[in-house]
Amino acid sequence: MTTQTNNPSRVLMFGWEYPPYNSGGLGVACKGLIEALVADGVEVLFVLPKRIPVSNPPCRFIFADDTEELVTADGTPMLLSAYLTAEEYRVRRRQYGGGGGATIYEAAARYAAQAAAIARAHADEFDVIHAHDWLSFGAGLAAKEETGKPLVAHVHATEFDRGGGNQINEYIYDIERRGMEGADRVVSVSQFTKNILTTYYGIDERKILPVHNGINAAEYAPEKVITDRVVRLKEHGHKIVLFVGRLTLQKGPDYFVESAARILEHEPSTLFVVAGSGDMQQRLLRDVAAAGLSNKFIFAGFVRGAELVQLYKAADLYIMPSVSEPFGITPLESLINGTPVLISKQSGVSECLANALTVDFWDVEEMVNKAVSVLRHPGLRNTLVQNGYQDVLRQTWHAAADKVKQLYATMVQVT
Amino acid sequence: MTSVCFYFQVHQPFRLNPHSIFDIGSGKSYFGVSDGTDLDNQAIMNKVATKCYRPMTQLLLELLERHPQFRVSFSITGTALEQFRQFAPDVIELFRALAATGRVEFLNETYHHSLAFIHSPEEFTRQIRMHTEAMEEVFGVTPTVFRNTELIYNNDLAAIVSKLGFRGMLAEGADHILGWRSPNFVYHSRGDTALPLLLKNYKLSDDIAFRFGEKTWESYPLTAATFANWVNSNHGAGDVVNLFMDYETFGEHQWEDTGIFSFMRELPTELYRHPDTRFATPSDVLADHAPVGEIDAPQYVSWADVERDLSAWHSNEMQADALRSVFALESDVIASGDEQLIDDWRRLTTSDHFYYMCTKWFADGDVHTYFNPYQSPYDAFIAYMNVLHDVQLRIDEIKARRVNGEPVSLRKVT
Repeated sequence: MTTQTNNPSRVLMFGWEYPPYNSGGLGVACKGLIEALVADGVEVLFVLPKRIPVSNPPCRFIFADDTEELVTADGTPMLLSAYLTAEEYRVRRRQYGGGGGATIYEAAARYAAQAAAIARAHADEFDVIHAHDWLSFGAGLAAKEETGKPLVAHVHATEFDRGGGNQINEYIYDIERRGMEGADRVVSVSQFTKNILTTYYGIDERKILPVHNGINAAEYAPEKVITDRVVRLKEHGHKIVLFVGRLTLQKGPDYFVESAARILEHEPSTLFVVAGSGDMQQRLLRDVAAAGLSNKFIFAGFVRGAELVQLYKAADLYIMPSVSEPFGITPLESLINGTPVLISKQSGVSECLANALTVDFWDVEEMVNKAVSVLRHPGLRNTLVQNGYQDVLRQTWHAAADKVKQLYATMVQVT
Repeated sequence: MTSVCFYFQVHQPFRLNPHSIFDIGSGKSYFGVSDGTDLDNQAIMNKVATKCYRPMTQLLLELLERHPQFRVSFSITGTALEQFRQFAPDVIELFRALAATGRVEFLNETYHHSLAFIHSPEEFTRQIRMHTEAMEEVFGVTPTVFRNTELIYNNDLAAIVSKLGFRGMLAEGADHILGWRSPNFVYHSRGDTALPLLLKNYKLSDDIAFRFGEKTWESYPLTAATFANWVNSNHGAGDVVNLFMDYETFGEHQWEDTGIFSFMRELPTELYRHPDTRFATPSDVLADHAPVGEIDAPQYVSWADVERDLSAWHSNEMQADALRSVFALESDVIASGDEQLIDDWRRLTTSDHFYYMCTKWFADGDVHTYFNPYQSPYDAFIAYMNVLHDVQLRIDEIKARRVNGEPVSLRKVT
């Protein structure tokens, strides 16, 4: 089999989701990176575990559950189900991880098993393998083992972020660690995440390259604004402070609620809007009610698209009090929509936003100090937005793709 | 004959504590943090005194001793003097020794190195008077030449300064007010005022102040002989070379290991190699040379940044808001009669507070970041506005006492 060519810019990339079928930022990040890589002259073969309709694919997509794409070593088409006997699945499961019985683990393990065949079938068409997050790490390792080609493990989030200080899932931690150890290079979405990888996973810091995510500001351009309850409240002289994110420990919604109570002592006509859902919702509702602040809070549930844009636009301040945020795209969305941001220092995005207010997530007093200052002083608000928007415009996928492309080049020795 | 006119600016602001909203009304000091950080005024004074004020002033005394015709000039702010008095009184003695030679001129400026002229000509005038009194009291001299904060200048300022009886004023020799003309002559302000002006030769001044230790500079390392040649090449093309710079250039901005002290030690000798070079103070120059032309400056010029305008202190909405807000309190503060309150308020008019709020090129990390003791311009603004809020509470308290016929509070804050 051919292995190396004179064109190092060909990559077999394993993802897990893709817009609009995404549950979070991973799909959006993959799309942004792929589009910019392709524009930069990189050939991308993008693999997803399940077939989904992709309206305007920027590159060739392969769906691991499609049988017709797969061929055996001698070129004969074969069925994936035939490939994976019960015994083989068990073996591969041991090899690449699997078990626990939960669907997502099995799906990740199955993906890993399919990846070897995909890599073999397309071996002549790529020089580098690139896998995004633990769900794809098994697939990346399998492809590397099958073809001997170098692997980039791209970390968008770790088990330590998702846990938000809680007990971590050892099983996922192991997959993450093995993925990074087995990879030739690791890309982290921030310096903040790089520090987690060296500290908690023992990964050699020289192996890790931080590459900040980009954002296509145009995709978040103002959509038509519908006047709803929130906007009307604003017309009555209320200031609005916004939280957007899953209601889980990682995102720090409890610090938002704690700050809100103290912000109200200084700026009583403030309203707090919580956009998101999650396992902490009941607890937060109870806390707010217990503090007698239910009339100061709007729990908007999960909000996306035009409605979310409208919330950003209505808000006077966006707070992201995340306990651990590998990157964090929402502050950039907020700035695009003209709302200043107060973000936790425990976030990757704080590394790219010079013109943001930053605070340690646990420092409620300082959070209150800064939030109240923004609500009180239009000069502060406007300066943060004007300059913050310039920061956002600098945060392009093109810059990210450029770093990744250069990384590929160092990994493929041209012969 | 070409005169070399050195003027050194000595200034230290009273930097604010990181004042939070929870400190408003708490009686916490505005200026007194002592944690060794970049906001610790005492720690900074100790550092700069050791690196610059003591060694450089000793060096100047040595040069005055060795060269009987050597002359320089200074402007020392009131806020710097107060901090010398508090933290490094021996430095005042060194400056007194300079004054005693009779060959060092002391210029006038606003006591608080303020931007009062933007919003309040009255307060501007009061701070100028305060500075004159301080110079008389500390050095026994009455300044006759004025220099404004950061060499900020325009036609209106010249008119005020002229009315106050000063015989001349210093300004930046900015291209946009000079045009094709050389800074190496005495000029005068726009016709109706005709105040004599000395303009900074920014090329030669900045060679020392900014570029001296810059290893990538084509003229690095700059020797006294080379620099003297540059100055002396102006013979026949000017009356005076005005070398205006921060005193902290020597040892603080340009560290000792750049060779800045030996450079200055040798410079008079090298300059004297040309028989027609002499040293002069601003008053000497004004006595010897009549203005050769008019400077029309409808817009502000200053010696800061490449723009050489007000933008370092007055370009974003935070700065505008903060400046407006501090001067909005002026009449109430002055009317309070509370000396402590008035003093605290005046310290808040110092230009540095607004400089720290500057966001020009903040993202790229440049000179503004280097000279900013706060983590960000936003932190500087928040601390400042919280302090102003506290000042407002003190005003309200005093007013309430007046209404109730109680004695005016003299709540000690510093």
